[in-house]
Amino acid sequence: MNPKRISADFQVFAKNYVRNPVALFFSLIFPLILIGMFGFIFSGSSGPVTVYTENLDHNSNVSRAFLSALNTSNAVRISVVPPVTGGNGTAAFGSWLASNGDTVGLVIPDGFARAYQTGNSTTLTVYTDPQDASGSGIALGAVSGVANGFNLQAAHGRPIVTATTANVGSQVFKYIDYLVPGLIGFTILTSPMFAMVDISSSYRKDHIFRELSLTPLTKGEWLTAKILWYILLTIVTALLMLAVGTLAFGAHVGLTVEVLPFFILGPFFFVSLGMIAGSVAKTPESAAVIGNVVTFPMMFLSGTFFPVSGFPPFLQTIAHALPLYYVIDGMNQAILFHNYGATFVADLLVILALCIVAFVGAILLFKWRDE
Amino acid sequence: MGDAVRVQGLTKSYGELNAVGGIDFSVPPGRVFAFLGPNGAGKTTTVEILEGLRKRTKGEVEVLGLDPWTQGRALHHRIGVIPQEFRFFDKITPAESVQYYARLFEKPADVEALLARVELSDKANARFDTLSGGQKQKLGLALALVNDPEVCFLDEPTTGLDPHARRAIWEVIRMLKADHRTVFLTTHYLEEAQLLADQVAIIHQGRIIASGPPDAIIRQYGRRERLVVQGSSALAEKLRASLDLPVRAQDGRIEIAFREKADIFRVLDAIEKSGLPWSGFATQSDTLEDVFVSLVGKMDEGVLKPAGVA
Ligand SMILES: Nc1ncnc2c1ncn2[C@@H]1O[C@H](COP(=O)(O)OP(=O)(O)OP(=O)(O)O)[C@@H](O)[C@H]1O
Ligand SMILES: [Mg+2]
Repeated sequence: MNPKRISADFQVFAKNYVRNPVALFFSLIFPLILIGMFGFIFSGSSGPVTVYTENLDHNSNVSRAFLSALNTSNAVRISVVPPVTGGNGTAAFGSWLASNGDTVGLVIPDGFARAYQTGNSTTLTVYTDPQDASGSGIALGAVSGVANGFNLQAAHGRPIVTATTANVGSQVFKYIDYLVPGLIGFTILTSPMFAMVDISSSYRKDHIFRELSLTPLTKGEWLTAKILWYILLTIVTALLMLAVGTLAFGAHVGLTVEVLPFFILGPFFFVSLGMIAGSVAKTPESAAVIGNVVTFPMMFLSGTFFPVSGFPPFLQTIAHALPLYYVIDGMNQAILFHNYGATFVADLLVILALCIVAFVGAILLFKWRDE
Repeated sequence: MGDAVRVQGLTKSYGELNAVGGIDFSVPPGRVFAFLGPNGAGKTTTVEILEGLRKRTKGEVEVLGLDPWTQGRALHHRIGVIPQEFRFFDKITPAESVQYYARLFEKPADVEALLARVELSDKANARFDTLSGGQKQKLGLALALVNDPEVCFLDEPTTGLDPHARRAIWEVIRMLKADHRTVFLTTHYLEEAQLLADQVAIIHQGRIIASGPPDAIIRQYGRRERLVVQGSSALAEKLRASLDLPVRAQDGRIEIAFREKADIFRVLDAIEKSGLPWSGFATQSDTLEDVFVSLVGKMDEGVLKPAGVA
């Protein structure tokens, strides 16, 4: 490994790359378009979930205490609306919510305070909207949580299990928060994979590998230069995506140095993997097919567009077998959860091991010359 | 000093096809060696084996005393190569390409001088995908020279070049020779080989059918020197009757092969005495191209068999 030759090859590759407008468009603008598109589509469900509340308990102290407990959970924001149809509004409230386009609602029944004080049962109604599953889930969770607290208090019980707010719990993550690292991961996967599959077959066809094999440049140096270029490209696109995510869509992502290893190891791995995919193929057509077969499952199942924790168990198992999962999960730990414990370290070690295997594999598999 | 290139019993098969079928030759250092043959004869296959780009099936091959396949890395510092149909990075300019090679070889390069030498200065800053075929070829030559090679392998360096550009490449080859470099050249332009080469070998269907200095090959395989006049078939008849030399006539063109200089005067005398009209008197001898066409033709007809000519 000669750093001078790596640097010479890096410079020529970079120049050739940036002078190609299509390649540049796809690597810089396309990720921003992606984040813009998804950001706009899902920005409606952002922020604490607004819960429109009909308080039929005549503004009793207990009902007000209940609502303010809900507000302090940070998960929901209570917006009290005047009762729509006098005392008994449940059915009418449902249609009112629907006609206002407001999705989630809560009704505190008449006699709520009395029931609390006398130990009788009473029922809170939470209106959920199937079209906003996450918002509805958050509202239901928050209401049940506060209700449990009230139940314990009313029974003069001492809570055995209490939830204390840690980092994750103190913040309610919005879809856009997951989307930013997810789409950065998407770019880390697709940009080097597709490029390297293409390079491996076009360089072979144009005899550029043979041309280079006649110089002192080694395969390892050549591959290292490509890896360095895609690391640089990843860092630039990731910063752009973070900026757009936070500034335009209010994503709660905090840039930390701990994310850097994933900006480095991610492209490192996928450049090598792309080279392997391109090298095992005999023709450019089959190279493209192999590239797609390897790429597509990762594009959707690694936590790119949806957090893996929301997957059904069997899909989670599949996700854990995909290298990109560890990159995205590691980035989530670093820029969302700021959690550098065992999960973070495990993600890092998995992707590091994969990098070493893929780099060596790529160098062994791809051929400069006809053997 | 040993030979720059030494090949013994070299064989290369692609599956069933024997592209090179056991050839021997050697090139002493400082010589220009032209490797000639029809399309598909096995030239590129042989050259690429010498460059270490292809693995041979059988035989001994040495370039500068090294085995090109197993000692390629050491060899590549000392040789320069233009592949047939040279291609490079689309958006990189000739100046940048030369600079890149110079950095890879860790050799200082005078980019301007090198591009001037191959007459590419005016395109020094044009991107590769905007260069014409001939300009790309010239860049290939410039890159082959970056590492100041002891042996240059030029596979059809002048194919597709205009006559002027071709002469520029010839000039580079002459300079290399003057500088005691060895040049291994393949070409389909026989006049180029005749002009530049100290040694040629003609390969046909993977076997060498003739080799040696161009003059010697012409002498060995060419026809004798001839007189040519324009005249009728009646004139040809008269000459046949009055001279003891072979006379051939076709399309108003009469060829008389002569043995010695004195024969020329006898022929002129006979023409004059015939009283028939004639014009355009000239002498003609075979070129390397004539010999090549006739040798390859005879091989194809099965008249000749390949012989290991020294
Ligand atoms: N990679 C390959 N696989 C199979 N056959 C090949 C391969 N390369 C060359 N050949 C065959 O080997 C023979 C010699 O080819 P080669 O390229 O050496 O010819 P050449 O003398 O350079 O011809 P040209 O003057 O057209 O360049 C041809 O019949 C060709 O079809
Ligand atoms: Mg050829």
